[in-house]
Amino acid sequence: MNKIIAKKQLSATVFQMEIEAPEIAEARKAGQFIILQLGGEFDERIPLTIADADPVKGTITIIFQAVGESTHHIALLKEGDYIENLLGPLGNPTDVRHYGHVVCTGGGIGAAPLFPIVEAMKAAGNRVTVILGARTKELVILEEKMRAVADEVIIVTDDGSYGEKALVTEPLKRICETTQVDCVVAIGPPVMMKFVSLTTKPFGIYTIVSLNTIMIDGTGMCGGCRVTVDGRTRFVCVNGPEFDGHLVDWDNLLLRMGTFRAQEEEAHHRCLVGLDTKEGEA
Amino acid sequence: MHPKKQLLDDAAKLLLAELEGKELTARERNQIPLQEMATQDPSERILNMNEVALGYTEAQVRIEAMRCLQCKTKPCVKGCPVGIDIPAFILEAEKGNYAKAVSIIKESSLLPSVCGRVCPQELQCQMYCTVGKAKKDVEQSVSIGRIERFVADYTREHGLDEIPHVGDDSGKSVAIVGSGPASISAAADLRREGHRVVLFEALHKAGGVLVYGIPEFRLPKEIVEYELEILRKMGVEIRLNYLVGKTRTVDELFDKDGFDAIFVGSGAGLPRFLDIEGENSIGVFSANEYLTRSNLMKAYAKTNALTPMYRSKRVAVFGAGNVAMDAARTAKRLGAEVVSIIYRRTETEMPARREEIAHAKEEGIEFLYLLAPKRIIPGEDGRVKEVEVIECKLGPEDEDGRRRSMMIEGTESLRSYDTVIVAIGNDSNPLIKATTDGIETSHKGTFIVDPSTCATSLEGVYAGGDIVLGAATVILAMGQGRKAARAMNEYLATL
Repeated sequence: MNKIIAKKQLSATVFQMEIEAPEIAEARKAGQFIILQLGGEFDERIPLTIADADPVKGTITIIFQAVGESTHHIALLKEGDYIENLLGPLGNPTDVRHYGHVVCTGGGIGAAPLFPIVEAMKAAGNRVTVILGARTKELVILEEKMRAVADEVIIVTDDGSYGEKALVTEPLKRICETTQVDCVVAIGPPVMMKFVSLTTKPFGIYTIVSLNTIMIDGTGMCGGCRVTVDGRTRFVCVNGPEFDGHLVDWDNLLLRMGTFRAQEEEAHHRCLVGLDTKEGEA
Repeated sequence: MHPKKQLLDDAAKLLLAELEGKELTARERNQIPLQEMATQDPSERILNMNEVALGYTEAQVRIEAMRCLQCKTKPCVKGCPVGIDIPAFILEAEKGNYAKAVSIIKESSLLPSVCGRVCPQELQCQMYCTVGKAKKDVEQSVSIGRIERFVADYTREHGLDEIPHVGDDSGKSVAIVGSGPASISAAADLRREGHRVVLFEALHKAGGVLVYGIPEFRLPKEIVEYELEILRKMGVEIRLNYLVGKTRTVDELFDKDGFDAIFVGSGAGLPRFLDIEGENSIGVFSANEYLTRSNLMKAYAKTNALTPMYRSKRVAVFGAGNVAMDAARTAKRLGAEVVSIIYRRTETEMPARREEIAHAKEEGIEFLYLLAPKRIIPGEDGRVKEVEVIECKLGPEDEDGRRRSMMIEGTESLRSYDTVIVAIGNDSNPLIKATTDGIETSHKGTFIVDPSTCATSLEGVYAGGDIVLGAATVILAMGQGRKAARAMNEYLATL
């Protein structure tokens, strides 16, 4: 049982929770994730990246977007409530080292898992540029924390409501053309990571992506998360989640992400109906 | 074909009235007919997840027990990997002393309700049974598994189980990695000696393959829960959501947490794929994934479960072990119209339990022998559309004595499917090896242990079950757990 110590709403659909999990907090490194299951007989297991951890307090921080039925349920939890099942830290840590100039690119909620990597890259002596992209101003998260750590932060929004009206690939391309870049890290929706990889490829810049495929156990026993990397089948949960973006079969990954789309849409509809009822009662 | 429990019970009662109290000669015992076990009707059971085999009635179990000749040489016992005193417990069952029967079994096996259901008895105890030998038909052997199942179910349902005795606190503590059958039996035997025992399980439910792998229709999950509860009552601590190798390494369990010895029972959970074209198409699942979704995550409960299940009409299952049978029968229950087992050998070589093969056939699973998948062909949407198969023939025996399968070039053809389940086996779990220095493993990744003690190359670390054997059976895993515990108890006494 893991107690929720603090909860904060970062935007209309994005929530931050600090949760008691002393052993995970102690073991965790940047780039790793957890699997969370609420505890009911029918609850699903969902992967979430560890956005921050405090080994002294024995807590980890997760940031998630309420996008479907399970994440809506988690979003309804309050401080003092418990999350029954929390497994981690899972996956391999980010390959943090002194590269030189590292550009960290986060799309939407991807800024959350990106933050510990930005911190670690900075601590390893890199010059760190952060590009944060979001659909609209309200969805930009962690800007202050990023500014406190990174050398430079660039914000882009799809609708131009904040920062530059652009996709993350536009400032990224500009930076690659004008300055020396030694490593790019991209975390966000798969399509964004695909285009970041396509952007850096002509420059030959090593590009780390953090894949967020469908997962169940997160420990390597099912292969639900498998992807093709450099022609080989790899399990994201144990061989990743980070891979060389230039070697990932993005089209297969994008297709596989849609395996359960029909069921997810039904579930999402069901949960929105559920939420309406609850608000009506209140 | 599927007599109701009532009918079987009526016949057994009549016979019991005739035989009860008589001194039976071996000849008379030999004439008692094998008791058939009632099952759910196939047309009904493919619509539910409930247990298929319904178990004996009390009259039936007493009659079946009378078929045992109480051989002095006990040939059946040598077929049991944990050496249960089979004639002794059957004699108690014959007398109606079910609790006594269970306590005899529990001297050797902590999971009689489970093993009575899932052991391949035709290859173990029942293969050596004198009655079956005399009748030249292993199917005519005394139904040891069914009797074991009955007595265990009876004591559970009547609250007659005793919690095994636990010795005084030894001051030593043991960490057990994994909570499957090997770990469960090791935990019980170590706890009996008074050691503190902590089981570390990565998933959110304990039981290993008993909860995520074997479906409800073969092994009701409440039975697994019950058996684990006995372990808890003995004082064994079960820590869920704890992945040894990640949350803590083996070294840290010794150094940070102060454990005196470690038993690794982390199993063979790494699914093998065929590495053929199209295997990452949408709709291709490892059997582990398919069964974990259905069993552990309860995805078969379509209206309640948040974990989705793929909707299938035509399912191809590659492989022919118990896992393949379980996956095929699950797919059928989830609404698939056609489910084919595609196997490159023939029925004789199939490794699955005979009873499960028979049940699968009754449920309308199609068996395609001497056929191997060559590639999976997706449609434009990336979803499985067809499987290209090739015909095979049997060749000479390999080193394991199993006949090789050889593809016949030029016999390729296409079969239409929307789902593929790959059930060609599992490899051992690589995480402990990858995060612990000094553990010797084979080229297959299994732990190399001293066969008499299950000790690994690292002092204080023992291992058993599928992590040593490769994917094997529940009872073999339990046998290893017991062997390791015996050696660990000796080792701990020297500390």
